[in-house]
Amino acid sequence: MRRIGIDVGGTNTDAVLLEDDRVVHAVKTPTTPDVTGGIVNALELLTASLPEGGGVVDAVMIGTTHFTNAVVQRRDLTAVAAVRIGLPASASLPPFEDWPEDLARLVRGEVFMVEGGHEYDGRPIVPLDTAAVRQAARRIRERSLTAVAIASVFSPLNPTCEEEAARILRDECPGLSVTCSHDLGRIGLLERENATLLNACLVDLASRTTQGFMEALARSKIRAPLYITQNDGTVLPAEQARQFPVYSFASGPTNSMRGAAFLSKRDDAIVVDVGGTTTDIGALRHGFPREANNVVEIGGVRTLFRMPDLLSLGLGGGSLVAPEPLAVGPLSVGFRLTERARVFGGPDLTVTDIGVAARLVDLGARERVADLPAPLVERTLARISAMIEEGVDRMKTEAAPVPLIAVGGGCFVIPERLAGVSEVVHVPHQAVANAVGAAIAQVSGEVDQIFQGLSREEAIARARMLAEERAVRAGADPTSLQVVEVEDLPLAYLPGNSLRTRVRVVGDIASH
Amino acid sequence: MPPLRPVSLDEIESIAIGAWILGTGGGGSPYLALLNLRRLYREGTVVSLMDPAGLADDDRVAVVSNMGAPLVGQERLTDPRTIAQAVLMMEEVIGQRFRAVMSLEIGGGNSLQPFMAAALLGLPVVDADCMGRAFPEAQMTSFAIHDLRMYPLTLVDVRDNAVVVARAASWKWMERLSRTACVAVGSIASTCKAPRTGKEVKECAILYSTSKALRIGQAVRAARRAHEDPIQAVLALEGGLRLFTGKIQDVDRRATEGFLRGTATLDGLDDFRGRTMRLAFQNEFAVAWLDGAPRATTPDLICVLDTVSGDAIGTETLRYGQRVTVIALPAPPILLTPKGIEHVGPRAFGYDLEFVSVFA
Repeated sequence: MRRIGIDVGGTNTDAVLLEDDRVVHAVKTPTTPDVTGGIVNALELLTASLPEGGGVVDAVMIGTTHFTNAVVQRRDLTAVAAVRIGLPASASLPPFEDWPEDLARLVRGEVFMVEGGHEYDGRPIVPLDTAAVRQAARRIRERSLTAVAIASVFSPLNPTCEEEAARILRDECPGLSVTCSHDLGRIGLLERENATLLNACLVDLASRTTQGFMEALARSKIRAPLYITQNDGTVLPAEQARQFPVYSFASGPTNSMRGAAFLSKRDDAIVVDVGGTTTDIGALRHGFPREANNVVEIGGVRTLFRMPDLLSLGLGGGSLVAPEPLAVGPLSVGFRLTERARVFGGPDLTVTDIGVAARLVDLGARERVADLPAPLVERTLARISAMIEEGVDRMKTEAAPVPLIAVGGGCFVIPERLAGVSEVVHVPHQAVANAVGAAIAQVSGEVDQIFQGLSREEAIARARMLAEERAVRAGADPTSLQVVEVEDLPLAYLPGNSLRTRVRVVGDIASH
Repeated sequence: MPPLRPVSLDEIESIAIGAWILGTGGGGSPYLALLNLRRLYREGTVVSLMDPAGLADDDRVAVVSNMGAPLVGQERLTDPRTIAQAVLMMEEVIGQRFRAVMSLEIGGGNSLQPFMAAALLGLPVVDADCMGRAFPEAQMTSFAIHDLRMYPLTLVDVRDNAVVVARAASWKWMERLSRTACVAVGSIASTCKAPRTGKEVKECAILYSTSKALRIGQAVRAARRAHEDPIQAVLALEGGLRLFTGKIQDVDRRATEGFLRGTATLDGLDDFRGRTMRLAFQNEFAVAWLDGAPRATTPDLICVLDTVSGDAIGTETLRYGQRVTVIALPAPPILLTPKGIEHVGPRAFGYDLEFVSVFA
């Protein structure tokens, strides 16, 4: 089986070709402002050196930070109509309640709250007020809004209110992009609704970006299905992924950590990924990233995704270095490294220039940094070392020294000796670990529902069946499915043996 | 303390943090109530806190709490109007006006329910509750321990359904009757418990527990700002004990008789390396065993905190791999009397253990 993994970072676009479990070829190219150009370049470079352009490829997986960045940087976001179904319940906390005001101003198109929703046992709270939904549709049309997010109380248990509202809105507003909260899972109305709103404000960008990915693939010689990587280390087919850009949040660091585990053949370690702008530090457990405990904030918005527990430092190969007083980052030249860094003839002093001067890495023209005073280089490296040491210490779960896997294009800055680290593990293709992580990604299916009147075993079996169906629909080979997580939470103060069950299964991508 | 003083939003933020710690794993997160209060304060509300000593003996005090399953509360979000409605309805039932509102339990989300009611009703909040922490049932209060009358009770839901429990034969019957009504309206409802007189509050409530939640929350926040250990700050302030530091190795939960019961096993870190703690919970943490021997039991407060942030962790959100510190805080004296132990000691939760306070 041959798979291509591509990681589109803020600075570089990396691509690898995997043949079964072997990295055959890897390339690194600058990310282009249009994103697509960088992917075309990477695919050309990847296939150029191979006979017959690489032969048959079973799947191409792309990981991108594009959508997270759009939220964090508040750009390319679409104004969204929020439709909350649940009145008279939950009336005092309307949609966008706990959002940072600057982001809410951009995304809050209109807010509609209508009667409907369900109880924990599937009974309606009150019937869905379809007239109110129609009225909302008219207002959406008048305002020329193009995206809507629908969240109904207890929709993970009973999605019919959301489905009915979506049908009405689509009828009345042709072309409207609709995100329903039950597609995004988890119980917890505000957090689920937040994820739905974020998704809705990104669908337009995701459509354009995915279209760009598909065009880039079409322009290459490769004919293979395209997948987009998700935050849990798995992939979705591009056609599905474009409807759910929020699922790709934090997929970059997940890919990088999964790639580090794969390349180092180590399942328990700290992974330090030094990119162009940031350094992400995470912990690997059993080959998967340790997940954050609780609610995860994206651009200041609370959501309920399971995300890798990460510490991000404003330190990367492109970080700006100010000599007096000494400062490293958090500003970075980003993908303009090859225009802006001294070694490439640019005006800015960056971490890469320091690395070249210290002979840690060979990039650009060393003579351009020959004038840097040796004490400045040493002090800068000492500062970087202290930043990484502190970060590693904060992410460790025990005092004993742990191995550290160094990955990312800027990992030359990681010193060989660090307090609390037993050894610094370098791996082949470390600069493209994220693309490797994308290439090895599997397909998953998840279910999170309340089951009633079933025994624990029956509830888990039912949830597993639903999760397996979802995985196969997403492109998994049915014979390879494995249950990776089972969580069951009996519900306090609910009658009739209610059990909230969450099951996640993963499987290999079906070959073609 | 002056009889009445305004409470700032910043103080309410601190109360939420402190109350979640005093929840001893139960009581539900105060987050949604806090969001409601942020909104009410943005609209210009300021709630006053009242020193219980300022109550006249014949004043009437409304004791409020939201009742139901915490998970349902994550979908049907808490609303100040229903809790205010329960109070107004009680005024109709008894034909008297309330002087103030107070919390049933200071632990968890119910700590902020009286503030929401007070904001809409223009009444002050009495600095007191009747648990000093969180407990799962109606008879587990200082009022029940003092054998005060348990009825009437009003219960309202968001659809304008309302129930009055006019009489109940015992605290346990009150629990059963009101729980049945609560389930019928979707397992979430706002309640106003049996009204209390100023005299009863002064003699039988757990006094100044709102201030306690406030100062615990303030200590946690101050320690965080100073990059100091927030848990140490709480222990120093309240005379607490560090019982264990470790990570969660296993969580086993089951729901029986409407409660979330289960155990969590912790592996030691730092000073506790090589040792094991097992925690049993019934909504709240009830017993802690260290290396197999009972270390702490209810009613001593057993609190599980995130080792770094000092934030409380609820029994519903315990998860494998969390790094936590288990601490004990002293229980209010009324809970430690023989009658108190009968109501809320280990045997009341089905553990055949003698109560021995870790602070004895």
